[in-house]
Amino acid sequence: MTDGTLEARLRVRPYALTGGRVRSSIELPLETIVRVTSRGEASTSELASERQQICRICTDLSSIAEVSAHLKLPLGVVRVLVGDMVTEGFLEANATVMTADQDPRPDLRLLERVLDGLQAL
Amino acid sequence: MAFKRSDPTRETGGAMPIPVKIVVAGGYAVGKTTFVGSISEIEPLTTEASLTSHSAGVDIAGAASKTTTTVAMDFGRIGLGDDLILYLFGTPGQDRFHFMWDDLVRGAIGAVVLVDTSRLEDCFAAVDYFESAGLPFVVAVNAFFGRIHHSLEDVREALAIPAGVPMMVTDARDRASTKATLLELAQHALANANAPS
Repeated sequence: MTDGTLEARLRVRPYALTGGRVRSSIELPLETIVRVTSRGEASTSELASERQQICRICTDLSSIAEVSAHLKLPLGVVRVLVGDMVTEGFLEANATVMTADQDPRPDLRLLERVLDGLQAL
Repeated sequence: MAFKRSDPTRETGGAMPIPVKIVVAGGYAVGKTTFVGSISEIEPLTTEASLTSHSAGVDIAGAASKTTTTVAMDFGRIGLGDDLILYLFGTPGQDRFHFMWDDLVRGAIGAVVLVDTSRLEDCFAAVDYFESAGLPFVVAVNAFFGRIHHSLEDVREALAIPAGVPMMVTDARDRASTKATLLELAQHALANANAPS
C-alpha cells in the first residue's frame, strides 16, 4: 500500500481495464476458484496483457482474491476481468453453490467436511 | 456457462475443489495476519477492495479524480483434503469498513473476532455486525506474551457477547492454538446449523 506505483495504478488505471464497468457479468465471490481452460491456454498469447497474466496465474488453481493479490489490482477490477474471461470460455470458475433467495450459509454436509478437514490438519 | 473441456486427459483437469471461507476480524495490529499466517499454506497475500467496486450501476467513467475508499485485506489458504480449500480473510474491525463486510460474510462458515484486551473498542463494530448478520462467530482474545489483561468473563461482559458465543484465549503466533480456534468456530457453526433458527 505504500508503493507509490501501485497507489497510482489503483487511483487511475484499474477501471480503464474494464472499460469503466464496475460489475462483473457473473457473480464471483472473492473466494471463487478459477482455472484456465484448454481454450484459454491455447489462446493465451493472443490475449491482452492483463488477460495473459490472469491465464498464467490460473494455470494453478487460484481464487479471485489470489489473482487480485498477484496482479496488484483491486478485487472489483479482477471480478470484471475474470467474469468476462469465464463467459468467453478462457477460464472456468467454481464457488460454493448458493441461491440468491436462500440462506447463503454453507450446508451441514459441507460444514462437517470442514470440521473433519481441520481436525486432520 | 460451463465450458466443455476439449482435452479431458489433461492432468490439471477434473473436478475443481470447493472454496470455503472464514472471516478473521479485529482492530489494527491485533494479530490478524499473524493468526492467518500461522496456519496458512502460503505466505499471507494482500488484496484491496475499493468502495467504488461495490457501487452497483454507477458509471465511474470520467470520475478518475474521485477519491475511493480502499481497504487492504490479508488472507491465507489451507487445503482441507483433496476437494476443499479454506480461505482465511483478515479484515479490519471498525465501522468504516462495513462496505465490504456484506460481501465477505456471504457464504462464510463464520468469523473469528480477534481481541486485544487493551483495546476492546476496536472490535465492537465487528461483533455487532456478525450478530445482526446471523453469522456464527467466536471471540478469541489474543494473548500477547502469554498474558491477557482481563478475564474472559470480563471481556464477555464488556463486549456484551451473548452466552452462546464461544470465547477463548488464543496465541496468534502458534499454529496449534490457531487450529484450536478454527475448530471451535467450525463446531459452533455446525451446532448453529443443526439448531432450528
